This record gives sequence, C-alpha cells and structure tokens, in this order.
Amino acid sequence: MTYLELDNLTKHFEISDGLFGKKRVVKAVDGVSLSIEKGEILGLVGESGCGKSTLSRLIMQLLPPTSGSVVLEDEWLANLPPALIRERRPDFQMIFQDPNASLNPRMTVYSTLVESISARHPRVSDNAADAQEAVSELMRTVGLDPRYMRKYPHEFSGGQRQRIAIARALGTEPKLVIADEPVSALDVSIQSQILNLLRKLSRELELTMIFISHDLSVVRYIADRIAVMDEGKIVEVGEANAVFNNPQHEYTQTLLKAIPQIRV
Amino acid sequence: MISSSASDSGVPVVEIEKGSSLGKDAWYRLQKNKLAMFSFWFFIAITLICFVVPLIPGIPNPNKTYPDLKSMDAFQSAVSKDGEKVFYLLGSDYLGRDIFSRILSGGRVSLGVGFLATFVSLTIGVLYGAVAGFIGGRLDTIMMRIVDVLYALPFMILVIILVTIFQNSLWLLFVCIGAVEWLTMSRIVRGQVLSLKNQEFVEAARSLGLSNWRIIIRHLIPNTVGPVIVYTTLTVPAVMRLEAILSFLGLGVQPPHASWGSLIKEGADRMVSDQALLIYPSIVFAATLFALNFLGDGLRDALDPKTSKD
Repeated sequence: MTYLELDNLTKHFEISDGLFGKKRVVKAVDGVSLSIEKGEILGLVGESGCGKSTLSRLIMQLLPPTSGSVVLEDEWLANLPPALIRERRPDFQMIFQDPNASLNPRMTVYSTLVESISARHPRVSDNAADAQEAVSELMRTVGLDPRYMRKYPHEFSGGQRQRIAIARALGTEPKLVIADEPVSALDVSIQSQILNLLRKLSRELELTMIFISHDLSVVRYIADRIAVMDEGKIVEVGEANAVFNNPQHEYTQTLLKAIPQIRV
Repeated sequence: MISSSASDSGVPVVEIEKGSSLGKDAWYRLQKNKLAMFSFWFFIAITLICFVVPLIPGIPNPNKTYPDLKSMDAFQSAVSKDGEKVFYLLGSDYLGRDIFSRILSGGRVSLGVGFLATFVSLTIGVLYGAVAGFIGGRLDTIMMRIVDVLYALPFMILVIILVTIFQNSLWLLFVCIGAVEWLTMSRIVRGQVLSLKNQEFVEAARSLGLSNWRIIIRHLIPNTVGPVIVYTTLTVPAVMRLEAILSFLGLGVQPPHASWGSLIKEGADRMVSDQALLIYPSIVFAATLFALNFLGDGLRDALDPKTSKD
C-alpha cells in the first residue's frame, strides 16, 4: 500500500546577485516523483547540495512547493489550508541532522518530549504523573535513562542528544519519519548505535521512513529501497541490493566508485 | 554529567536528577566575578535602603521644612522652634530638610522610573522585535522602518514639547523614556530571532504543529534571554540617567518632590555655599550607576555563548 506519493514535486529558489543583479533561478528540487510503501525504509542518496534536504522540507510542509503535490494516504497536503496541515503534522515527523541545533537549549528533555506528546494527546500535561510516565516510556524506547529527564540538552553527549531528537520525533506517534542525515554529525562508533536503533524502531512501530544520507554504506545498511538524487532530480530508484550491485545510471555508478575501499 | 549516588549503590531507585540550566551556569560564572557580585549586592542594598529605611520611625519627613535649622552639618541633632527633635545624618539643606531622607525619597523616584520604564521598554521591545523577526518579509520591513522613524526623532525636543503640552507629571516621564528605550531592545531581539528562526529546533517545533505564537513565546524568546538580560541591566542606569538629565533641566520631577537628578540640580545651584548638597546625592547616584554597569558587564561575560558550554 502506498503511504506517501510525490508527484512532479518542484521547488525553485530565486536568488538575485547583489542589489541590481539579475535574478537567477536555482532548481533545488526539479520534478520529483516517488512513491513510498507503508512500512518501508527508503534511502535517499546524493551528494551535498543535490536537493535532498529541500525535498525533505517540502514533504514536511516546512517549505511551500513551487509546483507538484504531496499525497499522504490519499490526502493532498499541498492544497490544504495551514490549519488543517497543522492538524495532520503529528503523522509525519523529522529527525534533523545536527542534534546540537535541533533541540531547544532552554528546554529540559522533559518539556521537549511533553510538547511532542501533546501534539497527539493535548491533555497529557494535565496530570503530572501521567506526563512523567509517558516521557519515561518514550525515553526507554530510545535507550535513554528516564532519570535524566530534567536535564538540559547541553548535559548530554552527541549520541544521547540524537536519541532525544528521535524520541521527540516518535512522541507524536508518527506514521512517517524523515531522517535527514541523522548520523552524519556523530562519531562513527555512535553512528551504528543510532542506525540500529532506527532500524529496530521502524520495525517495531511499523514506521515508514525516508532515510537521507550522502553516505552510501550507511544507506545500504538500513534501507529497503534506494533513490538516487542528482541536481534536484531522482535519477534511479530500486531495491537496495539491485542499486548497489547493478547500478543503471551513470551518476549512481560514479557515486558507488567514490566509496573508499580497503584492499587487503 | 554527574551521576547521583543512587545509581552507584545498585539500588533501583528512580530518582530524577536535576539538570543545570544555562541560567544556573551563568549564575555560577557570575559568582566568580567579584566586582559584578559586589555590584549586585550593592545595588540590592541601595534599593532596600531606599524603600525600607523610610519606614523606620524617627527618620525625618523628606519634604518637611525647618526654616530655623538651615544648613546643619552631618551627624547633628537639633530641636526646632516647634519643639520637634530632628537628627540630621547627612546634615540639612537650605530649607532645613534632612538631606539623608531626601536622598532616600529621591532614590525611590529614580529607581522607580528606572525599573518601570525598563519594564515597559522590555515588554514592548521584546514582543515587537520577536514578532518582526519571526514573521519577516514585508511586515518586518514596515515594523523596523517605524522604529527607524522613532529613532530619528530628537528625544529632548519631543520631551520638551510633551511637557509643555501636558503638565509635568511623573507618568509623562515614564511614557517618554519608555517610548524611546524600547527601540534598541526591539532591534536586539529582532536580530537574535532572525538568527534563531532558521535553527532546526524551530523547524522541529513547526513540525509538531505549534502555532506561531507558541513558537515565539516558548522557543524564540527564551533563547534571547542572554542578550536581553544584559541589555536590561544596562537600560536601567541609562533610564535613570535620562531621568536625571530631565530633572536637572527642570523638565522632570518638580519640587518639593525629589529625584537624584533634581537633588543634584539643587546642589549644583548652591555649590559655593553648601557643598554637602551636591556631594552626597552625586556619590550615591554615581555609585548606583557604576554598580549597574559593572553588573551588566559581568552578566555579559557570564551569559556569553562563546564561554558557555557548547
């Protein structure tokens, strides 16, 4: 069953060179069509600046598209009035690249997570004990000790912060999670922990996930299907193994060759 | 991270550890700054003395004149011709009023103007700047051009016109000063919000479906607290100085009421015959302004993001 469908999604930015310069159009996302099955992990790869992050923000309705549509379970998001989009937001959440920037430094883990949980259950903060229990459960889900719920983001390590960010994304009980390079700001030793956590959670919670990365080995590890993006366009989509073993498009072949390999 | 003893003992105690907020960290750093801490307690002491000491019985009424007890020296006790016993801690002025209690009464006005006008400018400036910065676009341009226009108005002329149209009143003083001081605050907050609103935690808040208003109140304004606190502590002395300037020019507080500015003016008028009248209010006023400025500097160091964790 298709959960998310993108149809000819386009985002152009107008950039003017200086005060009197000519206006240039940057085609960040240029006619992307994709469909994502319920429960699958789609890896989105491409080099820096190819429009991956813009695409994720278009899906998240954080940016208005220039044209095209985002269809979530037969509902056209692009045509919805803002109030209705806000109602729908708990269904799709995002894990950001840099956990140092994606957590409000003035809020404790507890308030961050309560805010997220109340997106789905607005009355959760009415009862302090219930809220605390809900937060504890959420923290255990991502492998954090609930004892630290009253601490602030700067008191955690990078990996723990990313776990908090994951917990925040899961707090709304989303169906679709977009992970925008969730491990690229982390140490290699921490990367695999976070990847395992994401894979485990997506299986347990039956999440549909778009996993964005420029690191092919990371994507191969986690994704069921892979979409390769270049200059705002999807150039190749296919099963993860097929794309890796038998890349069709020239750009994919170049990308694969760029993976450093250790020859013994 | 410091783990509590409960986790080491192996007993499964669910004890929630308290985090140390950025505010607590800043307070900790401020405590290491001796000059700033001295200024902080000095300022608290001055404020308390101004507001509490006049309640003690035996402190003379600051506005009561004793024509026969003119220009007494400090630490003198005297009996007026009505048989009233008056103790002059810092001597009396040219009308026999107690300088000490006049300084306290002037301090209440000066500090009151300082706090109230700062509070007014803080509220208007923070909300105005946060909205302009967050909404952006055309609204931002219009709102900030209004600020530019208000900036361009010459403050003194504005006050002189207002004072001549309406009568002299303390409230007018609040309004005039508040109307000028919020401009800089709104610019500071707008700049902060502009850099904050593109951070990922604001995008995350939008993804949760929070309204713009909630994002401004819960996510943006709390993160501007550092610069705002610093600027506020520097606004209080600036406002007090403005009030003193106006009173010195005779546009502010009118006799028999006093503020530190009007006391200094009275002293300056009689500088040759009675130096005490000028010296005591000036020392108190200067010391208070110094304390507030040192405190502001100390807070800036304590809240500086570069020296704070991450």
